[in-house]
Amino acid sequence: MINRVVKNAEEAVKDIKDNMTLLVGGFGLCGIPENCISALVNKNVKGLTCISNNAGVDDFGLGLLLQTKQIKKMISSYVGENAEFERQMLSGELEVELIPQGTLATRCLAAGYGMPVIYTPAGVGTEVAIGKSVRTFTYNGETKEYLEEKAFEADFAIVKAWKGDTAGNLIFRSTARNFNPMMAMAGKITIAEVEELVEVGQLDPDQIHTPGIYVHRVFQGQNYEKRIEQVTVRKRG
Amino acid sequence: MLDKNGIAKRIAREVKDGMYVNLGIGIPTLVANYIPEGVNVVLQSENGILGMGPFPFEGQEDADLINAGKQTVTLLPGSSIFDSAMSFGMIRAQKVNLTILGAMEVSENGDIANWKIPGKMVKGMGGAMDLVASAKNIIVAMQHVNKAGESKLLPKCELPLTGIKCVKKIVTELAVLDILSEGGFRLLERAPGVSVEQIKNATAGKLIIEGEISEMVL
Repeated sequence: MINRVVKNAEEAVKDIKDNMTLLVGGFGLCGIPENCISALVNKNVKGLTCISNNAGVDDFGLGLLLQTKQIKKMISSYVGENAEFERQMLSGELEVELIPQGTLATRCLAAGYGMPVIYTPAGVGTEVAIGKSVRTFTYNGETKEYLEEKAFEADFAIVKAWKGDTAGNLIFRSTARNFNPMMAMAGKITIAEVEELVEVGQLDPDQIHTPGIYVHRVFQGQNYEKRIEQVTVRKRG
Repeated sequence: MLDKNGIAKRIAREVKDGMYVNLGIGIPTLVANYIPEGVNVVLQSENGILGMGPFPFEGQEDADLINAGKQTVTLLPGSSIFDSAMSFGMIRAQKVNLTILGAMEVSENGDIANWKIPGKMVKGMGGAMDLVASAKNIIVAMQHVNKAGESKLLPKCELPLTGIKCVKKIVTELAVLDILSEGGFRLLERAPGVSVEQIKNATAGKLIIEGEISEMVL
């Protein structure tokens, strides 16, 4: 069986260079590749374009790469949970492209499915449509306008899974799945960090979310903080 | 006049047995608290949950289990988890029956603006543009007027749009209105203690009043 294992985050990100485009999995702070983000901070690569649903918080997630000014451009659907992000955006140091969340997910999916464009009604008639081709289709008896959106082309995808095997097969846990599977499919090179790395044969093939063909490097992550952005609880009884 | 919980309570009456429902952040989230016993609905959270349950008990929070507002939640029996592409797939394919969300402005032809105030910090549209572009049944929960006392029900939205010709119904602290396909806010119900005159004064867009307007039942 093909072996996709690398030693650690440092080895996994070794050839990520300045000005590259990265897809980074996670929703808020849930399911983010913590180890790879730290390794990129240590490596100090600059001018990155990061495609990720959110931009972390001041001192965690992609916020760490913002603090060190390693990100040139963010492509996200919802941002601004951190003050440094806001400062860099308003001062023009950081370029920000906001796109609808479903469009973000589907542009990843299209890349993984080998389809150069998708058509979506999201953003029709809004500023998101500016400069984009609009087509009218009749589908299920409904005639609507759709925007043409391009599949992402990214140098690397960096994702976080719950379990993975040495062949790169991945299983995600709960809502930490979010953008990770379709980003894993969309990278020219995909790096997966996992909470538990097992030998081939240990994962049930029927339960695999992302087949190893999409995953070029996998490693056992360490010291997961798994910070919760908003702890909300109810009272007992 | 209704408070936020009152608006949520009135909207809960629009939620019917067997529906799959997506609730936005703010007042829409409160709707879940007022869905009557015996009305079985499945709540969708666009980060990848069908069958979202209430907040966990203290000490049972799971960092891997959050809703689209990034709050810790629980799963109900029969729930399912999926990825973001499938989540918006089921929204785009109109499998989700009802979408309830907040707004900064709604126009008399059903346009909605709720994601951006130019010149201020812009946080983004999240999933709102996808939801309003595809959902067949959209109810807006919002205040009738803004903090400056200006109407949020307008002839035309002034803020950048989230979607066009999509809002079907609006519930505010003053009234329940629907939006006619030919344009215009049709007044359906008044909030307790609110006069038609008050609603007229608070509505900048075309308001259509047909016959006697009854007080809403909560």
